[in-house]
Amino acid sequence: MEAMNHYPDPSKIREELVQKYPAKVAKKRTKSIIINDPESIPEVQANVRTVPGIITQRGCSYAGCKGVVLGPTRDIVNIVHGPIGCSFYAWLTRRNQTRPETPEHENYITYCFSTDMQEENVVFGGEKKLKQAIQEAYDLFHPKAIAIFSTCPVGLIGDDVHAASKEMREKFGDCNVFGFSCEGYRGVSQSAGHHIANNGVFKHMVGRNNTPSEGKFKLNMLGEYNIGGDAFEIERIFEKAGITLVASFSGNSTVGQLENAHMADLNVIMCHRSINYMGEMMETKYGIPWMKVNFVGAESTAKSLRKIAEYFDDAELKARVEEVIAEEMPKVKAVIDDIRPRTEGKTAMLFVGGSRAHHYQDLFTELGMTTVAAGYEFAHRDDYEGRHVLPSIKVDADSKNIEELKIVADPELYQPRKSEAELEALKEKGLEINGYEGMMKQMMKKSLVVDDVSHYESEKLIEIYKPDIFCAGIKEKYVVQKMGVPLKQLHSYDYGGPYTGFVGATNFYRDIDRMVNNPVWKLIKAPWETAGNPKGAELEATYVTQ
Amino acid sequence: MLLRHTPKEVIAREGLTINPAKTCQPIGAMYAALGIHGCLPHSHGSQGCCSYHRSTLTRHYKEPVMAATSSFTEGASVFGGQANLLQSIETIFAVYEPDIIAVHSTCLSETIGDDLQQITKKAKDDGKIPEGKYVIYASTPSFVGSHVTGYANMVTGIAEQFAQSTGEKKDQINIIAGWMEPSDMREIKKISKELGVKIVLFPDTSDVLDAPQTGKHEFYPKGGTTIEELKSIGDSSSSLALGCISAEPAAIALDKKCKVPFETVDMPIGLSATDRFIMSLSKAAGVQVPDEITAERGRLVDVMTDMEQYFYGRKVALFGDPDQLIPLTEFLLDLNMKPIHIVSGTPGQRFEKRMKEILRRIPEANFRNGLNADMFLLHQWMKNEPVDLLIGNTYGKYIARDENVPFIRFGFPILDRIGHSYFPNIGYSGSLRLVEKILGALMDRQDREALEEKFELVM
Repeated sequence: MEAMNHYPDPSKIREELVQKYPAKVAKKRTKSIIINDPESIPEVQANVRTVPGIITQRGCSYAGCKGVVLGPTRDIVNIVHGPIGCSFYAWLTRRNQTRPETPEHENYITYCFSTDMQEENVVFGGEKKLKQAIQEAYDLFHPKAIAIFSTCPVGLIGDDVHAASKEMREKFGDCNVFGFSCEGYRGVSQSAGHHIANNGVFKHMVGRNNTPSEGKFKLNMLGEYNIGGDAFEIERIFEKAGITLVASFSGNSTVGQLENAHMADLNVIMCHRSINYMGEMMETKYGIPWMKVNFVGAESTAKSLRKIAEYFDDAELKARVEEVIAEEMPKVKAVIDDIRPRTEGKTAMLFVGGSRAHHYQDLFTELGMTTVAAGYEFAHRDDYEGRHVLPSIKVDADSKNIEELKIVADPELYQPRKSEAELEALKEKGLEINGYEGMMKQMMKKSLVVDDVSHYESEKLIEIYKPDIFCAGIKEKYVVQKMGVPLKQLHSYDYGGPYTGFVGATNFYRDIDRMVNNPVWKLIKAPWETAGNPKGAELEATYVTQ
Repeated sequence: MLLRHTPKEVIAREGLTINPAKTCQPIGAMYAALGIHGCLPHSHGSQGCCSYHRSTLTRHYKEPVMAATSSFTEGASVFGGQANLLQSIETIFAVYEPDIIAVHSTCLSETIGDDLQQITKKAKDDGKIPEGKYVIYASTPSFVGSHVTGYANMVTGIAEQFAQSTGEKKDQINIIAGWMEPSDMREIKKISKELGVKIVLFPDTSDVLDAPQTGKHEFYPKGGTTIEELKSIGDSSSSLALGCISAEPAAIALDKKCKVPFETVDMPIGLSATDRFIMSLSKAAGVQVPDEITAERGRLVDVMTDMEQYFYGRKVALFGDPDQLIPLTEFLLDLNMKPIHIVSGTPGQRFEKRMKEILRRIPEANFRNGLNADMFLLHQWMKNEPVDLLIGNTYGKYIARDENVPFIRFGFPILDRIGHSYFPNIGYSGSLRLVEKILGALMDRQDREALEEKFELVM
């Protein structure tokens, strides 16, 4: 709180951010720029259309569906139905690491598949070409699953990817083929694609294999995409603690794991925005509760592990979790003790994703740094304000066209993992089941919350706050750095990581220390720019003789 | 193995493209528009297009890539994108204050039939374009051609919409850049200066996508062809188009509109193509080639003769864009190497025709372009007939690692190395750099893999 008093009045800043906009645009943007109060959280306008012409960080529905949720599963052949670009741009660019069981096991992540739609396919329809492509993929690879992703023109010309998928699935018999209507124009950002992906994975994969999995404490990790090896670190910790990971949605995952996921007894959610639908649907259909966790930050990791142990309510697990924490923490402490004197008191801004802008604040807190402003790229109000606002969120025209699956309890497989009384008891212990309190509660009073920040606003914020580090993505990276401020990419991690768990926390501490204290930022000006033009000055002939 | 599912046996495909050797039109249009001073590229389609193109260009250049989008939602897709584009134009001029907005279409806006000419006219009629400012456009449907086509279409749009003929010819020559790096464009300007020829180069991304670190973000960096220069291209004595696919269409359009005669030459990659470029430019301007250029050429040939033993018979696979592949293949032959597998996803019969001519000495060479001419096929060819060197964009590194083949990054995009935006690959000195890279790749492998008793000190 005190840290925020060094800055100009936030309401003045808000006015300045929108001053240059045409009146209507300014009015709209003002509702997305909020002065935080964690005690009484104000409403944030989120998940609404970006004004055309505004330079936004956002991408499209296809990016959220294929790029984010489906991309990381290694043994699905993902065919993009459309012109070549959509598949090309999503080819290996999200750094979803994966580790096949053996060198022979399937891994299609390094491949890019497309129907390379041509003008004639747009005019006369592309279904024939799509089916041909599916057949060729089947003949070449014999994969367990083939997923089809619709791009913008597909929806407009009316190609039925679902019918084509069904036809080929039935024809093959041993290959699950399914489609996603994730055309780029659906919704207002990647977020629509997440929802579409959740629906498809739930409908076509989850629940296909009822073999009970081994292990006493079985959970799924939802919304963890193994960027930079994040999931590997969490897997390491789970294994050490004796927790069985049935399936990860979807980092380092396989078709088999996703099909068996409903055999787990708990879903833990990392990225609330991209996967909360899955948690909800599995709760309703199979009776598996979900819980929000955060493995970004060492303290947060410890806290999340304790929450999991509390959920399973097992003395042995609780003891084991404490042992793991006790074993891991000294290594973390050694690093932070060295680094923190160099990062303490510095400031950060985070404008990224739909959960990352929240999660990474924990790491900055551990570094003694203050988050002065933050916002998401494609989140909804519940990610800012907490899930209690869900009933009051108005469903607008852009959200209405995203299918809401009607889920009912499975007559055979529904089995509540916890009774009402047990859930109540957990709640009393402070365990929030099926809930998420959002980002703003954790942020300081008077800090600024900006949804779908524009390029213009970002530059203004940097000018006003002069943060020591700015966190965003590749499109912002070099813009911000040209302003002399280091930018940490929180989608690709600047090709480093992992940043989760205990090892990840130390990686992050070191990276931030390196970035904010790098001497290069002081070398930007040439000596003649700072010391005046040397023209006309006489050289001094000084030398040392020995 | 990273590409463990690629079989040796080649089976013809018609529906499925795997590991494409091309991408879509709009990114080329965006790149071309960045080569105009004070211009903001604008993507008329879904947000994803703009985001993907900016991301890819940013990864390639490690530089800010500014562009805006019409942010289509389902409503716009059903009712047409006119309202979105008009709103965009208003917002952009108010907030980002460019001199020019260069609008390109996408598969989405093309499928629904948005007419950029009509919408732009409406913007003008409605007073949404401030005095002295411009909105230009190019139709770049993603389902036709490739990123190279998109580049050509935007360059054509720039030429058509800016060129004016005053009736008074100017003593200057237009050089229409094919898709090349800022470093290459800088080199073109340097060579022209050495020749003593006054040129207008367009587009020109030097000093835009290789901007210095100054502690200040210049939204519109100092580089790029200026409006004044672009207006003058209609009065130039002639045009030289560097590349038949990416540059010639603009030269034709300019000739049609303002009667500026043109010649198309290959991009000056390698000895022979640079020779032709120098000859054409000196001829068009009526100047003598200065000794310094002849000496620079001599240095390149000198290295080619000194090191000839290392090139002879070495087999090469390459992939990329036609305007680069044509002179590059020719250069490999000048080096006495054997380019045997070549693919380009960009369609067009001229590629095939030129390749046939250039490769007549190597009847066994495989080359294909257009549909299904992808990196998967190239990799399969390499499994059937292995090569000593692979040349192509960053995606080639997966093949190179699996097949243990020396690899040179060349083309677009290069996502994992720097240098392409700073050091040219064209002209004699750029070609010398290419030779250095080829030798380095081949010799590094020899040093790494030679038996201890065969390890050479002097090479």
